[in-house]
Amino acid sequence: MLVVPMLLGISLITFVIAHLAPGDPTSVKYGLNPEVSETARARLKELYGLDRPVLVQFGLWLKRMAVLDFGNSFIDDRPVMAKIAERLPATLILNISALLIIYLIAIPIGISSAVRADSSYDKVTTVVLFAGYATPSFWFALILIWIFGFHLGWFPISGMRPWYVEYYTFFESAKDLLWRLALPVLTTSLLSLAGLSRYMRSSMLETLRQDYIRTARAKGLDEFTVIYKHALKNALLPIVTIASMILPGLLSGSFIIETIFGWPGMGRLGYEAIMNYDYPTIMGVVVIATFLTLLGLLLADILYAIVDPRIRYK
Amino acid sequence: MIREILKKRQIVIGAMVIILMASAAVFAPFISHFDPYEQNLSADARLQPPSTRHIFGTDDLGRDLFSRMVHGARTSLSVGFIAVAIMLVVGITLGVLAGYYGGAVDFAVMRLVEVMMCFPTLYLILALLAFLGPSVYYVMIVIGLTSWMGLARLIRAEFLSLREREFVVAAKALGATDMRIAFRHILPNALAPVFVSITFSLGGAILIESSLSFLGLGVQIPVPSWGNIISTGRFYIESAWWLTVFPGLAILFSVLSFYLIGDGLRSVLDPRLKR
Repeated sequence: MLVVPMLLGISLITFVIAHLAPGDPTSVKYGLNPEVSETARARLKELYGLDRPVLVQFGLWLKRMAVLDFGNSFIDDRPVMAKIAERLPATLILNISALLIIYLIAIPIGISSAVRADSSYDKVTTVVLFAGYATPSFWFALILIWIFGFHLGWFPISGMRPWYVEYYTFFESAKDLLWRLALPVLTTSLLSLAGLSRYMRSSMLETLRQDYIRTARAKGLDEFTVIYKHALKNALLPIVTIASMILPGLLSGSFIIETIFGWPGMGRLGYEAIMNYDYPTIMGVVVIATFLTLLGLLLADILYAIVDPRIRYK
Repeated sequence: MIREILKKRQIVIGAMVIILMASAAVFAPFISHFDPYEQNLSADARLQPPSTRHIFGTDDLGRDLFSRMVHGARTSLSVGFIAVAIMLVVGITLGVLAGYYGGAVDFAVMRLVEVMMCFPTLYLILALLAFLGPSVYYVMIVIGLTSWMGLARLIRAEFLSLREREFVVAAKALGATDMRIAFRHILPNALAPVFVSITFSLGGAILIESSLSFLGLGVQIPVPSWGNIISTGRFYIESAWWLTVFPGLAILFSVLSFYLIGDGLRSVLDPRLKR
Protein backbone atom coordinates (compact mmCIF):
# COMPACT_ATOMS: atom_id res chain seq x y z
CA MET A 1 0.00 0.00 0.00
CA LEU A 2 1.43 3.34 -1.02
CA VAL A 3 0.85 5.96 1.63
CA VAL A 4 1.56 9.12 -0.32
CA PRO A 5 -0.92 8.50 -3.17
CA MET A 6 -3.46 7.44 -0.58
CA LEU A 7 -3.03 10.71 1.31
CA LEU A 8 -3.30 12.64 -1.94
CA GLY A 9 -6.44 10.73 -2.87
CA ILE A 10 -8.00 11.36 0.51
CA SER A 11 -7.17 15.06 0.19
CA LEU A 12 -8.70 15.20 -3.27
CA ILE A 13 -11.96 13.55 -2.23
CA THR A 14 -12.34 15.66 0.89
CA PHE A 15 -11.54 18.74 -1.21
CA VAL A 16 -14.43 17.87 -3.50
CA ILE A 17 -16.74 17.37 -0.53
CA ALA A 18 -15.73 20.66 1.04
CA HIS A 19 -16.70 22.40 -2.16
CA LEU A 20 -20.22 21.08 -1.98
CA ALA A 21 -20.66 23.54 0.86
CA PRO A 22 -23.18 26.24 0.11
CA GLY A 23 -20.71 28.50 -1.63
CA ASP A 24 -22.86 29.74 -4.45
CA PRO A 25 -25.76 32.10 -3.93
CA THR A 26 -28.10 29.86 -5.93
CA SER A 27 -28.29 27.34 -3.12
CA VAL A 28 -31.90 27.60 -2.10
CA LYS A 29 -31.71 25.25 0.86
CA TYR A 30 -29.77 27.64 3.02
CA GLY A 31 -31.81 30.57 1.84
CA LEU A 32 -34.28 29.77 4.62
CA ASN A 33 -31.84 31.22 7.08
CA PRO A 34 -30.16 33.94 5.01
CA GLU A 35 -28.14 35.47 7.80
CA VAL A 36 -26.42 32.30 8.95
CA SER A 37 -25.66 31.09 5.48
CA GLU A 38 -24.37 34.52 4.43
CA THR A 39 -21.88 34.56 7.30
CA ALA A 40 -21.03 30.92 6.79
CA ARG A 41 -20.46 31.53 3.12
CA ALA A 42 -18.20 34.49 3.75
CA ARG A 43 -16.18 32.58 6.31
CA LEU A 44 -15.87 29.53 4.10
CA LYS A 45 -14.77 31.75 1.24
CA GLU A 46 -12.06 33.19 3.43
CA LEU A 47 -11.06 29.81 4.89
CA TYR A 48 -10.82 27.88 1.63
CA GLY A 49 -9.88 30.82 -0.59
CA LEU A 50 -12.98 30.23 -2.70
CA ASP A 51 -12.33 33.29 -4.86
CA ARG A 52 -9.03 31.86 -6.13
CA PRO A 53 -8.56 29.49 -9.11
CA VAL A 54 -9.45 25.87 -8.34
CA LEU A 55 -5.87 24.64 -8.58
CA VAL A 56 -4.71 27.26 -6.12
CA GLN A 57 -7.56 26.23 -3.83
CA PHE A 58 -6.44 22.63 -3.97
CA GLY A 59 -2.88 23.71 -3.25
CA LEU A 60 -4.07 25.63 -0.21
CA TRP A 61 -6.13 22.61 0.85
CA LEU A 62 -3.11 20.31 0.59
CA LYS A 63 -1.05 22.74 2.64
CA ARG A 64 -3.72 22.76 5.33
CA MET A 65 -3.97 18.98 5.32
CA ALA A 66 -0.20 18.61 5.64
CA VAL A 67 -0.20 20.55 8.91
CA LEU A 68 -3.67 19.35 10.00
CA ASP A 69 -5.00 22.89 10.06
CA PHE A 70 -8.73 22.83 9.45
CA GLY A 71 -9.41 26.40 10.48
CA ASN A 72 -11.55 27.49 13.40
CA SER A 73 -14.90 26.11 14.43
CA PHE A 74 -17.93 28.20 13.47
CA ILE A 75 -19.44 27.59 16.88
CA ASP A 76 -16.84 28.66 19.41
CA ASP A 77 -14.05 29.87 17.10
CA ARG A 78 -11.52 27.46 18.57
CA PRO A 79 -9.11 25.64 16.23
CA VAL A 80 -10.81 22.51 14.91
CA MET A 81 -7.74 20.40 15.56
CA ALA A 82 -7.73 21.34 19.26
CA LYS A 83 -11.38 20.31 19.53
CA ILE A 84 -10.66 16.99 17.84
CA ALA A 85 -7.55 16.34 19.93
CA GLU A 86 -9.50 16.60 23.18
CA ARG A 87 -12.15 14.20 21.85
CA LEU A 88 -9.75 11.67 20.38
CA PRO A 89 -8.86 9.72 23.57
CA ALA A 90 -12.52 8.83 24.21
CA THR A 91 -12.93 7.51 20.66
CA LEU A 92 -9.70 5.54 20.87
CA ILE A 93 -10.59 3.98 24.22
CA LEU A 94 -13.97 2.93 22.89
CA ASN A 95 -12.72 1.50 19.60
CA ILE A 96 -9.62 -0.23 20.90
CA SER A 97 -11.62 -1.94 23.65
CA ALA A 98 -14.18 -2.97 21.04
CA LEU A 99 -11.43 -4.33 18.78
CA LEU A 100 -10.05 -6.41 21.65
CA ILE A 101 -13.49 -7.78 22.50
CA ILE A 102 -14.19 -8.60 18.86
CA TYR A 103 -10.97 -10.59 18.47
CA LEU A 104 -11.45 -12.29 21.85
CA ILE A 105 -14.94 -13.49 20.95
CA ALA A 106 -14.73 -13.99 17.20
CA ILE A 107 -11.60 -16.15 17.04
CA PRO A 108 -12.86 -18.92 19.36
CA ILE A 109 -16.24 -18.88 17.62
CA GLY A 110 -14.58 -19.10 14.22
CA ILE A 111 -12.34 -21.99 15.28
CA SER A 112 -15.10 -23.97 16.93
CA SER A 113 -17.48 -23.62 13.99
CA ALA A 114 -14.74 -24.57 11.52
CA VAL A 115 -13.87 -27.66 13.52
CA ARG A 116 -17.52 -28.61 13.64
CA ALA A 117 -18.32 -27.35 10.16
CA ASP A 118 -21.91 -27.95 8.99
CA SER A 119 -22.97 -29.25 12.39
CA SER A 120 -26.06 -27.73 13.96
CA TYR A 121 -23.76 -25.71 16.26
CA ASP A 122 -22.15 -24.20 13.17
CA LYS A 123 -25.51 -23.39 11.62
CA VAL A 124 -26.93 -21.80 14.76
CA THR A 125 -23.87 -19.60 15.34
CA THR A 126 -23.93 -18.55 11.70
CA VAL A 127 -27.52 -17.36 11.96
CA VAL A 128 -26.93 -15.65 15.31
CA LEU A 129 -23.86 -13.85 13.97
CA PHE A 130 -25.69 -12.80 10.83
CA ALA A 131 -28.48 -11.46 13.01
CA GLY A 132 -25.89 -9.40 14.89
CA TYR A 133 -24.53 -8.14 11.59
CA ALA A 134 -28.01 -7.19 10.46
CA THR A 135 -28.95 -5.41 13.68
CA PRO A 136 -29.02 -1.63 13.39
CA SER A 137 -26.51 -0.54 16.02
CA PHE A 138 -28.49 2.51 17.09
CA TRP A 139 -31.46 0.29 17.79
CA PHE A 140 -29.38 -2.28 19.67
CA ALA A 141 -27.97 0.54 21.78
CA LEU A 142 -31.47 1.75 22.65
CA ILE A 143 -32.60 -1.76 23.55
CA LEU A 144 -29.56 -2.19 25.82
CA ILE A 145 -30.29 1.15 27.47
CA TRP A 146 -33.91 0.16 27.92
CA ILE A 147 -33.15 -3.25 29.46
CA PHE A 148 -29.89 -2.76 31.34
CA GLY A 149 -30.15 0.96 32.02
CA PHE A 150 -33.78 1.58 32.86
CA HIS A 151 -35.21 -1.79 33.86
CA LEU A 152 -32.35 -3.53 35.59
CA GLY A 153 -30.30 -0.43 36.36
CA TRP A 154 -27.05 -2.38 36.04
CA PHE A 155 -25.16 0.03 33.84
CA PRO A 156 -25.02 3.80 33.46
CA ILE A 157 -26.62 4.90 30.22
CA SER A 158 -24.72 8.02 29.31
CA GLY A 159 -21.38 9.78 29.66
CA MET A 160 -17.79 8.76 30.21
CA ARG A 161 -16.30 10.78 33.06
CA PRO A 162 -18.82 12.13 35.55
CA TRP A 163 -17.64 15.08 37.70
CA TYR A 164 -17.30 12.98 40.82
CA VAL A 165 -14.48 10.77 39.49
CA GLU A 166 -12.16 13.57 40.57
CA TYR A 167 -12.74 12.39 44.11
CA TYR A 168 -12.10 8.75 43.26
CA THR A 169 -8.86 6.86 43.72
CA PHE A 170 -7.22 5.68 40.53
CA PHE A 171 -8.59 2.19 40.98
CA GLU A 172 -12.13 3.35 41.56
CA SER A 173 -12.08 5.66 38.58
CA ALA A 174 -10.74 2.90 36.32
CA LYS A 175 -13.57 0.68 37.52
CA ASP A 176 -16.06 3.43 36.83
CA LEU A 177 -14.70 3.82 33.31
CA LEU A 178 -14.96 0.10 32.61
CA TRP A 179 -18.52 0.19 33.91
CA ARG A 180 -19.41 3.00 31.57
CA LEU A 181 -17.63 1.34 28.65
CA ALA A 182 -19.68 -1.86 28.89
CA LEU A 183 -22.75 -0.94 26.85
CA PRO A 184 -21.05 1.21 24.19
CA VAL A 185 -18.35 -1.42 23.63
CA LEU A 186 -20.90 -4.21 23.42
CA THR A 187 -22.83 -2.27 20.78
CA THR A 188 -19.70 -1.36 18.83
CA SER A 189 -18.47 -4.95 18.76
CA LEU A 190 -21.73 -6.49 17.60
CA LEU A 191 -21.46 -5.36 14.00
CA SER A 192 -17.96 -6.61 13.26
CA LEU A 193 -18.26 -9.86 15.15
CA ALA A 194 -19.89 -11.72 12.27
CA GLY A 195 -17.36 -10.68 9.64
CA LEU A 196 -14.32 -11.63 11.67
CA SER A 197 -15.60 -14.95 12.93
CA ARG A 198 -16.79 -15.99 9.45
CA TYR A 199 -13.38 -15.09 8.17
CA MET A 200 -11.69 -17.05 10.93
CA ARG A 201 -13.95 -19.99 10.14
CA SER A 202 -13.10 -20.09 6.44
CA SER A 203 -9.41 -19.53 7.12
CA MET A 204 -9.42 -22.42 9.58
CA LEU A 205 -11.37 -24.65 7.16
CA GLU A 206 -8.85 -23.93 4.46
CA THR A 207 -5.91 -24.70 6.75
CA LEU A 208 -7.48 -27.93 7.93
CA ARG A 209 -7.56 -29.10 4.31
CA GLN A 210 -3.79 -28.70 3.89
CA ASP A 211 -1.48 -31.64 3.45
CA TYR A 212 0.56 -30.97 6.56
CA ILE A 213 -2.57 -31.31 8.65
CA ARG A 214 -3.19 -34.71 7.10
CA THR A 215 0.42 -35.57 7.90
CA ALA A 216 0.00 -34.43 11.47
CA ARG A 217 -3.09 -36.58 11.85
CA ALA A 218 -1.41 -39.51 10.11
CA LYS A 219 1.46 -39.54 12.52
CA GLY A 220 -1.07 -40.03 15.28
CA LEU A 221 -1.27 -36.61 16.94
CA ASP A 222 -4.41 -36.04 18.93
CA GLU A 223 -6.99 -33.66 17.49
CA PHE A 224 -6.23 -30.94 20.07
CA THR A 225 -2.57 -30.73 19.08
CA VAL A 226 -3.45 -30.80 15.41
CA ILE A 227 -5.89 -27.94 15.70
CA TYR A 228 -4.27 -25.70 18.28
CA LYS A 229 -0.58 -26.28 17.54
CA HIS A 230 -0.43 -26.98 13.82
CA ALA A 231 -3.47 -25.40 12.24
CA LEU A 232 -4.20 -22.39 14.44
CA LYS A 233 -0.95 -20.52 13.84
CA ASN A 234 -1.38 -20.58 10.09
CA ALA A 235 -5.09 -19.93 10.18
CA LEU A 236 -4.51 -16.83 12.32
CA LEU A 237 -2.20 -15.16 9.78
CA PRO A 238 -4.85 -13.65 7.52
CA ILE A 239 -6.83 -12.55 10.59
CA VAL A 240 -4.20 -9.92 11.33
CA THR A 241 -4.93 -8.07 8.11
CA ILE A 242 -8.67 -8.27 8.49
CA ALA A 243 -8.33 -5.36 10.91
CA SER A 244 -8.21 -3.31 7.73
CA MET A 245 -11.75 -4.35 6.95
CA ILE A 246 -13.01 -3.85 10.48
CA LEU A 247 -11.53 -0.45 11.25
CA PRO A 248 -13.59 1.80 8.94
CA GLY A 249 -16.74 0.05 10.14
CA LEU A 250 -15.78 0.44 13.79
CA LEU A 251 -15.19 4.16 13.44
CA SER A 252 -18.42 4.56 11.47
CA GLY A 253 -20.24 2.74 14.22
CA SER A 254 -18.81 4.99 16.89
CA PHE A 255 -20.40 7.97 15.17
CA ILE A 256 -23.85 6.72 16.12
CA ILE A 257 -22.91 4.97 19.33
CA GLU A 258 -21.11 7.99 20.79
CA THR A 259 -24.13 10.11 19.96
CA ILE A 260 -26.53 7.77 21.73
CA PHE A 261 -24.41 7.06 24.80
CA GLY A 262 -23.28 10.66 25.22
CA TRP A 263 -19.70 9.48 24.79
CA PRO A 264 -17.45 12.55 24.40
CA GLY A 265 -15.58 11.27 21.34
CA MET A 266 -14.91 12.37 17.82
CA GLY A 267 -18.10 10.87 16.40
CA ARG A 268 -20.20 12.91 18.77
CA LEU A 269 -18.18 15.99 17.87
CA GLY A 270 -18.94 15.29 14.21
CA TYR A 271 -22.64 14.88 14.95
CA GLU A 272 -22.77 18.17 16.86
CA ALA A 273 -20.90 19.86 14.01
CA ILE A 274 -23.35 18.54 11.42
CA MET A 275 -26.35 19.66 13.45
CA ASN A 276 -24.85 23.17 13.66
CA TYR A 277 -23.57 23.43 10.07
CA ASP A 278 -20.07 23.82 11.46
CA TYR A 279 -18.33 22.99 8.18
CA PRO A 280 -14.65 23.29 9.24
CA THR A 281 -15.23 20.87 12.12
CA ILE A 282 -17.12 18.42 9.87
CA MET A 283 -14.22 18.36 7.42
CA GLY A 284 -11.68 18.02 10.22
CA VAL A 285 -13.50 15.08 11.76
CA VAL A 286 -13.86 13.28 8.41
CA VAL A 287 -10.19 13.76 7.54
CA ILE A 288 -8.91 12.70 10.95
CA ALA A 289 -11.18 9.64 11.03
CA THR A 290 -9.86 8.63 7.61
CA PHE A 291 -6.25 9.24 8.62
CA LEU A 292 -6.83 7.06 11.68
CA THR A 293 -8.13 4.28 9.45
CA LEU A 294 -5.13 4.62 7.16
CA LEU A 295 -2.82 4.47 10.18
CA GLY A 296 -4.61 1.34 11.36
CA LEU A 297 -4.18 -0.27 7.93
CA LEU A 298 -0.47 0.55 7.94
CA LEU A 299 -0.08 -0.98 11.39
CA ALA A 300 -1.91 -4.09 10.16
CA ASP A 301 0.47 -4.34 7.19
CA ILE A 302 3.52 -4.02 9.40
CA LEU A 303 2.11 -6.51 11.88
CA TYR A 304 1.48 -8.93 9.04
CA ALA A 305 5.09 -8.69 7.91
CA ILE A 306 6.16 -9.42 11.48
CA VAL A 307 3.99 -12.49 11.98
CA ASP A 308 4.44 -13.94 8.50
CA PRO A 309 8.11 -14.57 7.68
CA ARG A 310 7.25 -15.22 4.02
CA ILE A 311 6.40 -11.55 3.56
CA ARG A 312 9.52 -10.26 5.30
CA TYR A 313 12.03 -11.59 2.83
CA LYS A 314 10.29 -10.28 -0.24
CA MET B 1 -29.05 -24.14 -10.57
CA ILE B 2 -32.59 -22.94 -9.81
CA ARG B 3 -33.31 -26.24 -8.12
CA GLU B 4 -30.16 -25.91 -6.05
CA ILE B 5 -31.16 -22.41 -4.99
CA LEU B 6 -34.65 -23.57 -3.99
CA LYS B 7 -33.13 -26.36 -1.94
CA LYS B 8 -31.27 -23.85 0.26
CA ARG B 9 -33.51 -23.25 3.23
CA GLN B 10 -31.91 -19.92 4.13
CA ILE B 11 -32.58 -18.53 0.66
CA VAL B 12 -36.21 -19.64 0.67
CA ILE B 13 -36.92 -18.25 4.15
CA GLY B 14 -35.13 -14.99 3.36
CA ALA B 15 -36.97 -14.58 0.09
CA MET B 16 -40.31 -15.23 1.76
CA VAL B 17 -39.70 -12.51 4.35
CA ILE B 18 -38.63 -10.05 1.66
CA ILE B 19 -41.63 -10.85 -0.56
CA LEU B 20 -43.94 -10.42 2.42
CA MET B 21 -42.41 -7.04 3.29
CA ALA B 22 -42.30 -5.87 -0.32
CA SER B 23 -45.95 -6.73 -0.88
CA ALA B 24 -46.87 -5.01 2.39
CA ALA B 25 -45.03 -1.97 1.05
CA VAL B 26 -46.72 -2.10 -2.35
CA PHE B 27 -50.22 -2.68 -1.00
CA ALA B 28 -49.75 -0.45 2.06
CA PRO B 29 -53.07 1.44 1.81
CA PHE B 30 -55.03 -1.83 1.52
CA ILE B 31 -53.30 -3.54 4.42
CA SER B 32 -53.75 -0.88 7.05
CA HIS B 33 -56.97 1.08 7.04
CA PHE B 34 -55.45 3.80 9.22
CA ASP B 35 -53.96 6.89 7.63
CA PRO B 36 -50.28 7.01 8.59
CA TYR B 37 -50.41 10.82 8.78
CA GLU B 38 -53.68 11.27 10.66
CA GLN B 39 -52.95 12.65 14.10
CA ASN B 40 -55.11 12.28 17.16
CA LEU B 41 -53.77 14.24 20.07
CA SER B 42 -56.33 13.25 22.69
CA ALA B 43 -54.83 11.58 25.73
CA ASP B 44 -56.54 8.24 25.10
CA ALA B 45 -55.17 8.05 21.54
CA ARG B 46 -51.52 9.00 22.10
CA LEU B 47 -48.89 6.38 22.97
CA GLN B 48 -51.41 3.56 23.24
CA PRO B 49 -49.90 0.08 23.75
CA PRO B 50 -50.59 -2.62 21.16
CA SER B 51 -54.26 -3.63 21.15
CA THR B 52 -56.68 -5.34 18.79
CA ARG B 53 -57.51 -1.98 17.24
CA HIS B 54 -53.93 -0.77 16.82
CA ILE B 55 -51.93 -3.99 16.65
CA PHE B 56 -48.59 -2.22 17.09
CA GLY B 57 -49.98 0.58 19.25
CA THR B 58 -49.91 4.31 18.48
CA ASP B 59 -47.14 6.91 18.49
CA ASP B 60 -46.72 10.22 20.30
CA LEU B 61 -49.11 11.97 17.92
CA GLY B 62 -51.76 9.26 18.09
CA ARG B 63 -50.95 7.79 14.68
CA ASP B 64 -51.29 4.07 14.07
CA LEU B 65 -47.81 2.55 14.33
CA PHE B 66 -48.56 -0.46 12.12
CA SER B 67 -49.76 1.81 9.35
CA ARG B 68 -46.68 4.01 9.67
CA MET B 69 -44.43 0.97 9.57
CA VAL B 70 -46.09 -0.45 6.46
CA HIS B 71 -45.66 2.91 4.74
CA GLY B 72 -42.16 3.09 6.19
CA ALA B 73 -41.40 -0.18 4.42
CA ARG B 74 -42.13 1.65 1.16
CA THR B 75 -39.57 4.33 1.95
CA SER B 76 -36.91 2.02 3.32
CA LEU B 77 -37.15 -0.61 0.59
CA SER B 78 -37.27 1.91 -2.25
CA VAL B 79 -34.29 3.81 -0.88
CA GLY B 80 -32.49 0.48 -0.70
CA PHE B 81 -33.34 -0.55 -4.26
CA ILE B 82 -32.47 2.78 -5.86
CA ALA B 83 -29.23 3.15 -3.91
CA VAL B 84 -28.21 -0.34 -5.01
CA ALA B 85 -29.13 0.47 -8.62
CA ILE B 86 -26.78 3.46 -8.49
CA MET B 87 -24.11 1.30 -6.89
CA LEU B 88 -24.49 -1.25 -9.68
CA VAL B 89 -24.07 1.32 -12.42
CA VAL B 90 -20.96 2.84 -10.86
CA GLY B 91 -19.45 -0.44 -9.69
CA ILE B 92 -20.00 -2.33 -12.95
CA THR B 93 -18.80 0.54 -15.14
CA LEU B 94 -15.59 1.09 -13.20
CA GLY B 95 -14.99 -2.63 -12.69
CA VAL B 96 -15.43 -3.33 -16.42
CA LEU B 97 -13.16 -0.42 -17.38
CA ALA B 98 -10.44 -1.54 -15.00
CA GLY B 99 -10.65 -5.23 -15.82
CA TYR B 100 -11.10 -4.93 -19.57
CA TYR B 101 -8.55 -2.26 -20.37
CA GLY B 102 -6.06 -2.92 -17.57
CA GLY B 103 -2.96 -0.74 -17.53
CA ALA B 104 -3.31 2.88 -16.53
CA VAL B 105 -7.12 2.74 -16.34
CA ASP B 106 -6.90 -0.22 -14.01
CA PHE B 107 -4.28 1.52 -11.90
CA ALA B 108 -6.38 4.68 -11.56
CA VAL B 109 -9.59 2.82 -10.71
CA MET B 110 -7.91 0.58 -8.16
CA ARG B 111 -6.25 3.52 -6.41
CA LEU B 112 -9.64 5.22 -6.24
CA VAL B 113 -11.11 2.05 -4.75
CA GLU B 114 -8.38 1.90 -2.11
CA VAL B 115 -8.82 5.52 -1.15
CA MET B 116 -12.60 5.20 -0.94
CA MET B 117 -12.32 2.10 1.21
CA CYS B 118 -10.18 4.01 3.67
CA PHE B 119 -13.01 6.39 4.50
CA PRO B 120 -15.20 5.29 7.36
CA THR B 121 -18.38 5.12 5.27
CA LEU B 122 -20.72 6.77 7.72
CA TYR B 123 -18.41 9.77 8.24
CA LEU B 124 -18.18 10.22 4.50
CA ILE B 125 -21.93 9.90 3.99
CA LEU B 126 -22.79 12.19 6.87
CA ALA B 127 -20.32 14.85 5.71
CA LEU B 128 -21.79 14.72 2.21
CA LEU B 129 -25.33 14.99 3.56
CA ALA B 130 -24.35 17.82 5.89
CA PHE B 131 -23.14 19.76 2.88
CA LEU B 132 -25.94 18.78 0.52
CA GLY B 133 -28.77 18.98 3.03
CA PRO B 134 -31.03 16.17 4.23
CA SER B 135 -33.17 14.63 1.50
CA VAL B 136 -34.21 11.12 0.52
CA TYR B 137 -32.80 11.58 -2.96
CA TYR B 138 -29.41 12.62 -1.70
CA VAL B 139 -29.47 9.64 0.68
CA MET B 140 -30.00 7.27 -2.25
CA ILE B 141 -27.28 8.87 -4.35
CA VAL B 142 -24.79 9.16 -1.53
CA ILE B 143 -25.25 5.54 -0.41
CA GLY B 144 -24.84 4.43 -4.02
CA LEU B 145 -21.71 6.49 -4.53
CA THR B 146 -20.02 5.23 -1.36
CA SER B 147 -20.69 1.50 -1.65
CA TRP B 148 -19.57 0.44 -5.14
CA MET B 149 -15.96 -0.45 -4.30
CA GLY B 150 -16.40 -4.11 -3.43
CA LEU B 151 -18.45 -4.75 -6.58
CA ALA B 152 -15.95 -2.96 -8.83
CA ARG B 153 -13.18 -5.13 -7.39
CA LEU B 154 -15.16 -8.33 -7.99
CA ILE B 155 -16.03 -7.44 -11.57
CA ARG B 156 -12.44 -6.44 -12.30
CA ALA B 157 -11.12 -9.73 -10.98
CA GLU B 158 -13.61 -11.71 -13.09
CA PHE B 159 -12.72 -9.69 -16.18
CA LEU B 160 -9.01 -10.15 -15.68
CA SER B 161 -9.42 -13.90 -15.83
CA LEU B 162 -12.11 -13.94 -18.54
CA ARG B 163 -10.60 -11.54 -21.05
CA GLU B 164 -7.88 -14.00 -22.07
CA ARG B 165 -10.37 -16.79 -22.83
CA GLU B 166 -10.97 -18.19 -26.30
CA PHE B 167 -14.49 -16.84 -26.66
CA VAL B 168 -13.20 -13.31 -26.18
CA VAL B 169 -10.45 -13.85 -28.74
CA ALA B 170 -13.08 -15.27 -31.09
CA ALA B 171 -15.35 -12.27 -30.62
CA LYS B 172 -12.42 -9.94 -31.25
CA ALA B 173 -11.51 -11.84 -34.41
CA LEU B 174 -15.08 -11.41 -35.62
CA GLY B 175 -14.65 -7.68 -35.25
CA ALA B 176 -16.86 -7.03 -32.24
CA THR B 177 -16.42 -3.65 -30.60
CA ASP B 178 -14.90 -3.32 -27.13
CA MET B 179 -18.29 -2.33 -25.71
CA ARG B 180 -19.93 -5.41 -27.21
CA ILE B 181 -17.23 -7.76 -26.00
CA ALA B 182 -17.22 -6.30 -22.51
CA PHE B 183 -20.97 -6.13 -21.96
CA ARG B 184 -22.39 -8.88 -24.19
CA HIS B 185 -19.68 -11.51 -23.99
CA ILE B 186 -17.73 -11.14 -20.77
CA LEU B 187 -20.16 -9.52 -18.34
CA PRO B 188 -22.82 -12.28 -18.47
CA ASN B 189 -20.09 -14.72 -17.42
CA ALA B 190 -19.15 -12.52 -14.49
CA LEU B 191 -22.63 -12.08 -13.06
CA ALA B 192 -22.54 -14.67 -10.29
CA PRO B 193 -20.71 -12.47 -7.79
CA VAL B 194 -22.90 -9.54 -8.81
CA PHE B 195 -26.04 -11.27 -7.54
CA VAL B 196 -24.38 -11.98 -4.21
CA SER B 197 -23.18 -8.42 -3.99
CA ILE B 198 -26.68 -7.05 -4.79
CA THR B 199 -28.35 -8.90 -1.94
CA PHE B 200 -25.72 -7.88 0.60
CA SER B 201 -25.79 -4.30 -0.61
CA LEU B 202 -29.58 -4.14 -0.31
CA GLY B 203 -29.29 -5.12 3.34
CA GLY B 204 -26.46 -2.67 3.88
CA ALA B 205 -28.31 0.19 2.19
CA ILE B 206 -31.39 -0.35 4.35
CA LEU B 207 -29.21 -0.31 7.47
CA ILE B 208 -27.48 2.91 6.45
CA GLU B 209 -30.73 4.59 5.45
CA SER B 210 -32.25 3.72 8.82
CA SER B 211 -29.19 5.04 10.65
CA LEU B 212 -29.29 8.29 8.70
CA SER B 213 -33.02 8.71 9.26
CA PHE B 214 -32.46 7.99 12.93
CA LEU B 215 -29.87 10.77 13.09
CA GLY B 216 -32.32 13.11 11.33
CA LEU B 217 -30.33 13.37 8.10
CA GLY B 218 -32.27 10.87 6.03
CA VAL B 219 -36.00 10.59 5.45
CA GLN B 220 -37.61 13.64 7.03
CA ILE B 221 -40.71 13.50 9.22
CA PRO B 222 -43.66 13.35 8.73
CA VAL B 223 -42.81 10.85 5.94
CA PRO B 224 -42.42 7.60 7.85
CA SER B 225 -39.31 5.45 7.66
CA TRP B 226 -38.27 2.74 10.08
CA GLY B 227 -35.29 4.79 11.17
CA ASN B 228 -37.10 8.02 11.93
CA ILE B 229 -39.88 6.22 13.81
CA ILE B 230 -37.18 4.94 16.17
CA SER B 231 -35.66 8.38 16.52
CA THR B 232 -38.97 9.57 17.99
CA GLY B 233 -39.39 6.33 19.88
CA ARG B 234 -36.14 6.75 21.77
CA PHE B 235 -37.61 9.59 23.83
CA TYR B 236 -40.46 7.35 24.97
CA ILE B 237 -38.49 4.17 25.45
CA GLU B 238 -39.39 3.87 29.12
CA SER B 239 -43.12 4.28 28.63
CA ALA B 240 -43.77 3.22 25.02
CA TRP B 241 -41.33 0.45 24.11
CA TRP B 242 -43.34 -0.55 21.03
CA LEU B 243 -42.28 2.61 19.18
CA THR B 244 -38.67 1.43 19.30
CA VAL B 245 -38.98 -2.35 19.32
CA PHE B 246 -41.24 -2.97 16.29
CA PRO B 247 -39.52 -0.77 13.67
CA GLY B 248 -36.15 -2.09 14.84
CA LEU B 249 -37.31 -5.66 14.36
CA ALA B 250 -38.58 -4.74 10.89
CA ILE B 251 -35.11 -3.44 9.96
CA LEU B 252 -33.42 -6.44 11.55
CA PHE B 253 -35.60 -9.00 9.75
CA SER B 254 -35.42 -7.39 6.34
CA VAL B 255 -31.66 -6.88 6.47
CA LEU B 256 -31.10 -10.35 7.89
CA SER B 257 -33.21 -11.83 5.09
CA PHE B 258 -31.13 -10.11 2.44
CA TYR B 259 -27.93 -11.32 4.11
CA LEU B 260 -29.20 -14.89 4.36
CA ILE B 261 -30.16 -14.88 0.70
CA GLY B 262 -26.76 -13.46 -0.21
CA ASP B 263 -24.88 -15.99 1.90
CA GLY B 264 -26.95 -18.83 0.43
CA LEU B 265 -26.45 -17.63 -3.13
CA ARG B 266 -22.73 -17.38 -2.54
CA SER B 267 -22.47 -20.97 -1.46
CA VAL B 268 -24.55 -22.13 -4.46
CA LEU B 269 -22.76 -19.98 -7.03
CA ASP B 270 -19.19 -20.31 -5.79
CA PRO B 271 -17.92 -23.77 -6.67
CA ARG B 272 -14.95 -23.34 -4.35
CA LEU B 273 -17.23 -23.35 -1.31
CA LYS B 274 -18.69 -26.74 -2.24
CA ARG B 275 -17.24 -29.83 -0.70
